[in-house]
Amino acid sequence: MAIRSFFVPFLLLVLWFYSSLSPVLSLYEDQVGLMDWHQQYIGKVKQAVFSTQKTGRRRVIVSTEENVIASLDLRHGEIFWRHLLGSNDVIDGIDIGLGKYVITLSSGGSILRSWNLPDGQMVWESFLQGPKHSKSLLLLPKHEIDCINVVQTNLKIEKDNVIVVFSNDRLHAVSCIDGEVLWKKDFETESFETQQVIQPPGSDLIYVVGFAASSQFEMYQINARNGELLKHESAIFSSGFLRELSLVSSETVVALDSTGSILLTISFQNGEISFQQTPISNIVEDSSGPAVIIPSSVPGIFAIKINSVTIFIRVIGKGKLEVVEKLNQETAVSNALPISESQQAFALVQHAGSEIHLVAKLAHDWDANLLKESIKMDQQRGIPHKVFINNYIRTDRSHGFRLLIVMEDHSLLLLQQGAIVWSREDGLASIIDVTASELPVERDGVSVAKVEHNLFEWLKGHMLKLKGTLMLASPEDVAAIQSMRLKSSEKSKMARDHNGFRKLLIVLTRAGKLFALHTGDGHIVWSHLLHKSEACQSPVGLNLYQWQVPHHHALDENPSVLVISRCGPSSDAPGVLSFVDTYTGKELNSLSLDHAVVQVIPLPHTDSTEQRLHLLIDSDKHAHLYPKTSEALGIFKREFSNIYWYSVEDHNSIIKGHALKCKCTGEVADEFCFDARDLWSVVFPSESEKITATVTRKLNEMVHTQAKVMADQDVMYKYISRNLLFVATVAPKGSGEIGSVTPEESWLVAYLIDIVTGRILYRVTHHGAQGPVHAVFSENWVVYHFFNLRAHRYEMSVIEIYDQSRADNKDVWKLVLGKHNLTSRISLFSRPEVITKSQSYFFTHSVKAIAVTSTAKGITSKQLLIGTIGDQVLALDKRFLDPRRSVNPTQAEKEEGIIPLTDSLPIIPQSYVTHALRVEGLRGIITVPAKLESTTLVFAHGVDLFFTQLAPSRTYDSLTEDFSYALLLITIVALVAAIFVTWRLSERKELQDKWR
Amino acid sequence: MKSVKIIVPFLLTFSLLSFSSCGFQSDELLVDDEEFGLEGSPRHRSPETVLTRSPPVTRKRHSDLDSDSKIQFSLDHAFGDSDFSPAGTFSARLKTWSHGGQSLTKLRFSRNSFTDEDKEKFKNLLKSDDFYRIRLPSNVLSPPGRDFVISSVKARCLPREGLDEHFVIHMEGVNVLAVNYGSPGSCPYPRNLKFPAKWSFNSHTVLKNSEQAPRAPVFTEEILGGENAEGEVVQPPERSFWAKYWMYLIPLGLIVMNAVTQAMNMPEEQATGQVPAQGQPSAGAVQRGPSSAARRR
Repeated sequence: MAIRSFFVPFLLLVLWFYSSLSPVLSLYEDQVGLMDWHQQYIGKVKQAVFSTQKTGRRRVIVSTEENVIASLDLRHGEIFWRHLLGSNDVIDGIDIGLGKYVITLSSGGSILRSWNLPDGQMVWESFLQGPKHSKSLLLLPKHEIDCINVVQTNLKIEKDNVIVVFSNDRLHAVSCIDGEVLWKKDFETESFETQQVIQPPGSDLIYVVGFAASSQFEMYQINARNGELLKHESAIFSSGFLRELSLVSSETVVALDSTGSILLTISFQNGEISFQQTPISNIVEDSSGPAVIIPSSVPGIFAIKINSVTIFIRVIGKGKLEVVEKLNQETAVSNALPISESQQAFALVQHAGSEIHLVAKLAHDWDANLLKESIKMDQQRGIPHKVFINNYIRTDRSHGFRLLIVMEDHSLLLLQQGAIVWSREDGLASIIDVTASELPVERDGVSVAKVEHNLFEWLKGHMLKLKGTLMLASPEDVAAIQSMRLKSSEKSKMARDHNGFRKLLIVLTRAGKLFALHTGDGHIVWSHLLHKSEACQSPVGLNLYQWQVPHHHALDENPSVLVISRCGPSSDAPGVLSFVDTYTGKELNSLSLDHAVVQVIPLPHTDSTEQRLHLLIDSDKHAHLYPKTSEALGIFKREFSNIYWYSVEDHNSIIKGHALKCKCTGEVADEFCFDARDLWSVVFPSESEKITATVTRKLNEMVHTQAKVMADQDVMYKYISRNLLFVATVAPKGSGEIGSVTPEESWLVAYLIDIVTGRILYRVTHHGAQGPVHAVFSENWVVYHFFNLRAHRYEMSVIEIYDQSRADNKDVWKLVLGKHNLTSRISLFSRPEVITKSQSYFFTHSVKAIAVTSTAKGITSKQLLIGTIGDQVLALDKRFLDPRRSVNPTQAEKEEGIIPLTDSLPIIPQSYVTHALRVEGLRGIITVPAKLESTTLVFAHGVDLFFTQLAPSRTYDSLTEDFSYALLLITIVALVAAIFVTWRLSERKELQDKWR
Repeated sequence: MKSVKIIVPFLLTFSLLSFSSCGFQSDELLVDDEEFGLEGSPRHRSPETVLTRSPPVTRKRHSDLDSDSKIQFSLDHAFGDSDFSPAGTFSARLKTWSHGGQSLTKLRFSRNSFTDEDKEKFKNLLKSDDFYRIRLPSNVLSPPGRDFVISSVKARCLPREGLDEHFVIHMEGVNVLAVNYGSPGSCPYPRNLKFPAKWSFNSHTVLKNSEQAPRAPVFTEEILGGENAEGEVVQPPERSFWAKYWMYLIPLGLIVMNAVTQAMNMPEEQATGQVPAQGQPSAGAVQRGPSSAARRR
C-alpha cells in the first residue's frame, strides 16, 4: 500500500506535496472502513424475552450484564436496536407488554421504562419511589434485587394493561400505556422480604409471598384491581428458611430450611398456609451436603442442586415429592413456555465433553421428549450458563423449538434443528486487558494467484481501478471499487507486513477467555478459554503481559503472553499463570501458584529465549521471580540491588516504596522467593486527602530526544525517568458526585513522586477542584482532567518536568571537547534539580479515558486520545496542552509551533478519531506503535470495539493510500519520451547546422 | 512561580510556608542567619558537646517566642533492617491561624551524635552499600499519627567531609506527608566506599507546603480580539532594517561589487596599453573574420 520512499528524493518531493495537501486528521467519506473497523456487542445476556407477535420479523429482546437492552434478529443475530443504560442503572428485569412495548425495570427497581419494540424509541419512563420505612431494604442492595419482580398481568382495568412492580418495599400497579401508577400498596410488617409476586391466571388476586425475620412465612392476598389488601396470613417454621423459593404452581411454592436438608412445600390455597416437610435424604438416596434451589418456573417441577448434581423433583398432589431425574453434568434449565392452553414446555441443556445435549420436555410429562438433539460445541465456549426457549410452527404444523443459550464465555448462540444458526461473541463486550502481538513472518509459497482468486478477477479489479483513476467509472463501479478496497485480502493476511500495520490484538475478557483479533478487519483469529484445573475451578482473569517477544536470537520461537488469573473472588486467593502461544492460541503451560498475586512487575530483562523476567508480589509482600530457571535467577541476581517498586494502599491513602532484601525466610526453601523491605512511605492525611488516581509512564514508551530546543535557541532537558509516579488526591468529602460539595471544601492535590527514593518532586493544589481524575503520563509530562467547581467547567492541566542538572550542557565547546555530563549515569539518590511548568485549560467534555499516541521511535509528535462522554475518541494535539503557551507568542515561538494562549481547548469536529461511530460504554484506549514511525494503531474498547490507524504528524514517511501511481508513471514515461524526442531533435539540428 | 529552595551550604535555612485550606497562602520565608545557623549544624563543635549544648539554646529561643505553642517531634533512624532508634529532635513553633488552620514555623533540628555502636553499624552499612533509614511521625501533634513516614538513602551517599544530610519535610497543616532524605548534592552512581573524616552531621532542613496551581486563564472575547489586533500592528516595526530590505540590499551589493571589479579592471587595461586601445576594434574585426568564414564553409 505504502512504499518507503525516503531513498528517492524525487518521491520525497512528491510525497511532501501530497502530504501537505491531505489532512490526515479527518477522513474522506470513502476512506471510512479502509483502515478502521467497528464491532458492536451487547455483553452477557441476563434475560431474554421472545417477541411473539406475528407481525414483522421475529425478534428477541435481551438484557445484559453490561446494562444493554437490545433487540436482536432471530434469523441472523444482528442488532436491530440497543440502548446502553448507565453503569448505575442496572437492569433488574425486562418483559414485553401489549406485544409492542418493551418494559424494563432498572436502578434497583426505581425506574420503569417502556420502549417501542420496532424501533427502540422510549415511550415513557416512570419513577417508582418506595415508602420511607423501607430504607433498611435499600441498605442491603443484594436482597433488594432478590425481591424485585416484574409480573406481567393481563388484567383489564379501565381497558388498560397493568404492570405490577414490587420494588423498594412497595407494590405498584403501573399502566402499560403511559406509565402512570394506578395504585400502590405498602407492607407494614417489619423486615418483610418479598420473594415472589404471583398472580394466578384468570383471577383478580395477587399473592405476595416472602419471609419476615428468618423463620416466618408471610402471604398477602391483594386485589389486583385496586390494591386492596384482602388477606394477610403468616406462619412460623421454627428452623428457618433459606432465602430462595421455587414456584411450583400458582398456589404452591417450595423452599429449603436453613440447613439445606429439608424441603418445605408451602401451599397457600384459599389463603390458608400449610407446610409439608420432606427431608431430602428420604427421596434422594446418596445425598450429601446442603442443597440449593435452582430458580425455575416450570409448573409442578422444581430443581435442586447438591454439590454438582442437579436433581429434578416433581410435586404430586399435596406435598408429595418424587425424584424424576438426576443429572451429573452441568445443566441449565429454561423457564416454562406455554405452547397450548394446558401445556407448558421447558428446555434442558447439558454439557457433555465436546457436545451439548438439548432436551425439550412438557412440564406434566417428564418421559416424553419434544426435542432431543446433540450439537457439537466448540470446547472453548465452556459450559452452558443459561437457556431460553422459544417455539415456532413448523411447515408440517407441528411445534418446533429454538433455543437461545448463553455459554460460559458469555457468547450467545441460537440453536435450531440441531445446528447453530448464529452465534455472537459477546464476551468481547467486557474486555479487561489488551496487548498486541506480531504476526508470523511471511513464509514462501504464498503467490499472487493464491491471494487473488483468479486471473480474470484480478484483471477486472485492475480495470475498475483504472476506470476510477480516469474518472470514467459509473456509480456502480465506484461502489464496486469501494467494496474491493474494503475487502482487500492484503489487509487481513495472516503475515507480518512491511509497515507493521498488521498485528494481533490479544484481549482478555471478563469471562476468562482470550481472543486474538486481527487488526486488519477485526476478525477473531483464535480464542482460548482459560484452562480449568483441579486446583482451580473458577479462575478470574486479571491481567495480560507479554511473556516472550522473540526478535533477535529466538526467531523460530512463537511469541507468547502471560495471563495472570486468580482462583476465586477474594484478593488473596492463589494466583494462576497461563502461558499462551499468540500464533496458535494453544496454552503452553499453566501454573497454579501457592501464593496470591497482588502486583506484577515486568522487569526490563529477558533471558536467552527472550522470556521476560517478571516479579510477582504476593499479599505477604514477598517477591517471586518467574520464569523459575537458574538462568533467570542469574540475571536477576546481577540487578538485585537495583530493583525498586511501590505499592499504593488505596483504602488508607499510603504509598510505600520497596526494595528487595534477601531470600525468603519461610519454612520452605525457595530460591525464587525474596523478602521485601520498606524504603519510604508517603502518608496522606486521611482527613484531607484521598488517593483517586495513580499513573506511571508506559514501560515500552520510546523517547526520541531528551533535549527540547526553545524558541530562543536555548535547550531544556526533559526529566525522563521511568520511575516517576503521578498521584492525584482529592478531599474525602469531594470524592462523591460533582456538585455534592462547595468549592471551599473540595480540592485536588497533584504529586509527582520518584518511586525509588520517595521524593516528592512536585506538589500542587487545585482549590475548588473535584474528581474524577483521569490522567496520562508520557515522556516528561502529565495531563490530568478534573472538574473545576468555581468555574463550573472541566479543566485539563499539564505538568512538564525538566532536568536542570543537565542545563549547563548548552555550551557547544563543552560538547565538542567532551566535557559534558550527558552520558554520565544518573543516580536517583542525588538531589534532583528539576523545574516544572504547568498550565490549566478548560475543556468542554467530561472524560471516560485518556491515552496518548505512541510511535516506534518517538519522533512523531504526540496526540492525546480522549474518550469523551459521548463514547467517541477525540484526538487533541499535545501542542494545545503546552504550558509555555502565552497570549502573545513571539515570532520565534510561533515558528516553534507555540499556539497563542486560549482559556479552553478547542474541539475540532474533524479530529474525532471515531468519525461518525460510537464506541458504546467506552472503557479504555490502547495505542500500539506500528513499524512505520509516523503511524500508531489505536484500539478503543467498551461494549463496542473500534480500531484505527492514526498519523499524528501526517504520514510523512509513506505515500498516502490515494497516491496516484499511474500519474507518476505517466509523468516519468512522458519525461523519458520527451528527453528522447528533444535529444533526437537536437541531434538532427546539429547535423543540419554542420552540413550548412 | 516558586521554585525549589536552594540552601546555602553551611547556613541553615528555616523556611516558613503557611498552609491554609481556604485559599490564603503566605509565602513568608524566614532566614535567620548566624544564631540559627549554628543550630543543628554541629560542625563547629565536637560531637560530644552537641547533646549538652543544644537544649539550653533551644530553651532560650523558645522563651523569646510563644512558649506554649512550642512542639517537638523526634527523628528515628535505622541501619539497614535494624529497628528504629531515636536520632534527633525537631522543634518548631506551632502557629494557629485565625481561620483554624495550623502550621509549623521556625523548625530547628538537633541531631544526636553517633555513639560508637552507631558508628560501627554505619561503617557496616557503608561497606555493604546498604540503606540508612529515617522516619518521622506523620502527625506532629499526636505522634506517630496514622503511621510513620519513612525515607531512606544509600549510606554511601552521605559521607563527605563529615556526614551531610538534607531533609525536605512536606507538610500539610500539622501532618507530615513525606520526608525526603538524602545528601544535599549529587550521589554519582558507582558509589565508592568512603569513610567520613568527622563523625558529625551537617544537617539542612527544608519545610515545604503545597503550591497553588495557576488558574486557568480566563479571557473575554473582546480582550482576545483587541490584543491580537494590537499585536499585529506593533510587530512590523520591530523587524530590523536588514530583515526588511535584504531583497534590495543583496542586488545592490552585487551591483556595487560588480562595479568595483569593473572599476578595478578598467585602470588596469588603461595602464597596460594605450596603443592597443586604438587597435582594439580592428583586432576584434580581424579575429571575428576567420571564425565566421569557418562557419560559412
